Amino acid sequence: MTATLHRCWVYGDDVNTDVIFPGKYTYTITDPAELAAHALEDLDPAFAEQVRPGDVIVAGRNWGCGSSREQAVGALKAAGVPVIIAASFSRIYFRNCINQGLLPVALPTLRDLVRAGDTIQIDRAAGQIVAAGRTFAIPPLSPSVQAILDAGGLIPMLRARFAGERAP
Amino acid sequence: MAGRTFAEKALARAAGLPDARAGDILDVTPDLVFSHDNSAAIRRIFAQTGAPGVRFPDRVAITLDHAVPAPTTRHAENHAAIREWVRAQGIAHFFEVGRGICHQVIGEEGLALPGETILGADSHTTHFGWLGAFGAGVGRSEMAALWATGELWLRVPEAMRITLSGVPAPGVTAKDISLRILGDLRADGGLYRSVEFAGDTLGALSLDARATLPNMMAEFGAKNAYLPPDRAVLDYVDARARRPYTPLYPDDDAEYAVEVALDVAALEPQIALPGSPANVVPLSEVAGQPVQQAFLGTCTNGRLEDLRAAADVLRGRRVRVRLIVIPASAAVFEAAATDGTLAALVAAGAAIGTPGCGPCMGNHLGIPAPDEATISSANRNFRGRMGTPDAPIYLANPWVVAASAAAGQIADPREFLP
Repeated sequence: MTATLHRCWVYGDDVNTDVIFPGKYTYTITDPAELAAHALEDLDPAFAEQVRPGDVIVAGRNWGCGSSREQAVGALKAAGVPVIIAASFSRIYFRNCINQGLLPVALPTLRDLVRAGDTIQIDRAAGQIVAAGRTFAIPPLSPSVQAILDAGGLIPMLRARFAGERAP
Repeated sequence: MAGRTFAEKALARAAGLPDARAGDILDVTPDLVFSHDNSAAIRRIFAQTGAPGVRFPDRVAITLDHAVPAPTTRHAENHAAIREWVRAQGIAHFFEVGRGICHQVIGEEGLALPGETILGADSHTTHFGWLGAFGAGVGRSEMAALWATGELWLRVPEAMRITLSGVPAPGVTAKDISLRILGDLRADGGLYRSVEFAGDTLGALSLDARATLPNMMAEFGAKNAYLPPDRAVLDYVDARARRPYTPLYPDDDAEYAVEVALDVAALEPQIALPGSPANVVPLSEVAGQPVQQAFLGTCTNGRLEDLRAAADVLRGRRVRVRLIVIPASAAVFEAAATDGTLAALVAAGAAIGTPGCGPCMGNHLGIPAPDEATISSANRNFRGRMGTPDAPIYLANPWVVAASAAAGQIADPREFLP
């Protein structure tokens, strides 16, 4: 049994990285706990106060549009969010998720089926999400992209590669 | 065989392949990668990779532009760490405080050329489409990977062709065209796509104006944007380029996922209402809305033509609300100082700032108070963008920003012109 249970935070369309992690902090905040304390600050102040490790985001279209700032992924990761499910993702945000080892799942309809506080079941090995009594397939990633995620992110993958190059 | 889009040709070239199609995932070696004040954070990520050093320091550019001159000690420490890194790694293209905004400076320096692939740790890297280059934004981890290895995977995007016809009326600009596209097709209308412009409007736009179009396509979800480089662009490039280049043009029978046409001749100035750059209405619907601050600048609209537009509106007038003007680069600053533009703006009551991004993302140099409304020539008006969540931001073209500063409310610049 590889399925795990996750409480949902539910948001709308076009949630941008300025409200996920404000730009005024981008050159001054680096500590993960401090990042997490500002997560979703200008969208939902309750999030940073009440989020628990394992909680997931369920959102509408174009999640993470706007600035490329990677802390908009890092702040959620530091808050313990392992998966973000959205109807669609902004392209840089999607890549930042992969590179931080956080699974982005594009599902067009889930947002309309769950409410804030609902629990959904995610089985990454089986590639399935069970929510609102229905089963959804997690869209597969291309093998080269999945490899980054499997390595824990882009930087761990590079670390392994450079360690291999240094080995005799 | 169907023809190829610009994106297919550019990424095939960057990957060293004879051909590529939309959907292919390629390892590309960009011609230039760049970052800005985020470079110290990227350096810390780079250190975690175990890479021995920056792979191609001659292909790396760094500008200090997002918070310049340093507003706090922490920002100053950030800049200091970047300068040390530039020296240690022999990074070839470093631009100090005051030189200007990355997207503007890299074009002026001839470091982004037609047909090339440019990756920047900044979402507005779509900007380089005005030169006929493939420009795409990446995250900090990806920039660290690019420093370490010189390459990165990219998926070749499907393309969308936007054909523009007609010449914009006086007081109507490429900013209004961009906002209208966002308003009509939504903030994700270009998601994951190569937005490739065509049509007779392009040749009628100045080079300053052309840069605004691909820059704003970042707000459209685009991976990159593209304008076919004409003689005027190639002349600009040839005066600056320090390496050979080959312009790329889409084939006539290229396959586009979406085709859109827009006649801009009858367009009036457009305003993005607070909250989203895609929340767009014609100026007439919001004229009279009081504002407490006006901001003219940024990578979107901080060029000489933009400053001249404001000076044309403000000559012989005084602003009723504070107007902050920040040239996009030192070259723009110098040209505007030489031709009398800055003198006219200062005489009208404008405050002039150091070339850089200024208050665009809420770092400094013009943060509004809660409930103060700003009209801005920037690209984003998300909640909290300028540092204060309860300060609404209206986006507009430079003519409108200047007219609104003079009126103390959102105003039609056409009423101010002779």
